[in-house]
Amino acid sequence: MIPPAFEYARPASVEEAVRTLADAGEDAKVLAGGQSLLPLLRLRLAFPELVVDIGRIPELRGIREDEGTLIIGAMTSHHDVIRDPRVRRHAGLLAAATATVADPAVRHRGTLGGSLAHADPAGDLPAVILALDATLIAEGPAGRRAIPAREFFVDYLQTALHPDELLVEVEIPTVDGWGFHYEKFHRVAQAWAVVGVAALVRRDNGHIAEARIGLTNMGSTPLRAAATEEALVGAAAPGAVQRAAEVAADGTHPSSDPSASPAYRAHLAQVLTKRAVLTAGGMG
Amino acid sequence: MTRISVKVDGTTYEDEVEPRLLLVHYLRDRLGLTGTPVGCDTSNCGACTVDLDGESVKSCSVLAVQADGSEVTTVQGLARDGEWHPLQSAFHERHALQCGYCTPGMIMAARDLLRENPDPTADDVRQALEGNLCRCTGYQNIVRAVLAASGQEVTT
Repeated sequence: MIPPAFEYARPASVEEAVRTLADAGEDAKVLAGGQSLLPLLRLRLAFPELVVDIGRIPELRGIREDEGTLIIGAMTSHHDVIRDPRVRRHAGLLAAATATVADPAVRHRGTLGGSLAHADPAGDLPAVILALDATLIAEGPAGRRAIPAREFFVDYLQTALHPDELLVEVEIPTVDGWGFHYEKFHRVAQAWAVVGVAALVRRDNGHIAEARIGLTNMGSTPLRAAATEEALVGAAAPGAVQRAAEVAADGTHPSSDPSASPAYRAHLAQVLTKRAVLTAGGMG
Repeated sequence: MTRISVKVDGTTYEDEVEPRLLLVHYLRDRLGLTGTPVGCDTSNCGACTVDLDGESVKSCSVLAVQADGSEVTTVQGLARDGEWHPLQSAFHERHALQCGYCTPGMIMAARDLLRENPDPTADDVRQALEGNLCRCTGYQNIVRAVLAASGQEVTT
């Protein structure tokens, strides 16, 4: 199908992009890699008056390290995230989960920042970023501000970004030495996750010292399985992990769609959490 | 209207386009390069896969204005001096197509794989083609053709 008509702007800098967004008000939409926005436009589910293409702003791409923090430019493609040795070393969970996003052609265009700003709870990366306790850096007319991942995802497809703000960077505290795994249940290879679980596990003397669990598609935003995280502390055997995983869906309100009922999603969350933690902890 | 300059299969085109024009429609309707088909409305099928600045992309999910200043290679730009690309020959020889609708996308996605991994396993090929659907379900011969094009002996 053919998208609705819109005006098009292609700013050359973040400053120009922010100014363009501020001038346009709420009828503008930022075009990052376009792998979520273009399908929405084609299906006529979005009708922006202005599309602001941030694809030619070099400062938004790239990965760097700064004293225990990995800083990833918002326009860094999934393809580049997966292949970057620093991401693999310091935030392996992100590389592993990104490799499950869509397919190679989509991963060439799609970007980390785009998928976070799109904030689809069925997307893989919001829950991963939440589990990594990342900080999202937004730039607006008044300058930059840091938004913790826990405060970034507000509701279905809604974030804490203001209409005149651009997501410019993602700061990830490195998790060297942590075990990790992203367990995703989907019906066919490139489909969205029915439910996904991002697990980070730090072990100490044979037991779990700390665990962080992010849940994909268990509500209108990505969520942390707080009760499971607490119950996992001290777990040393698969039985203890299984018991901790039984509370993975506590406090969640998963949606109903043709793929799954809320009850089935809750069941999946428990099963996938168990698998993800066992794999992440090297206990499987 | 927005002015763009795009090099497609070795020829540079200057055009005025509507910002909403998809790259695949630009290739087909403006340039007449109908070798790249439109298969779906959901970015799922991969039939419209082309090469954009050295990377495979689904041309239904790229605006023509986003390709401004870029180089596009379609399946129609693969042959050299009347000689088919090894992937084209392998698809022909291995009967890797039935209706043929997915073939341009399969070849472009496989080309991307072989550039990154010249010696793939059958599983690598299947993973690399996860974004390309063949509704005739002729995957076996497609995988064999990609392996053959990589210069590997195909026994199965």
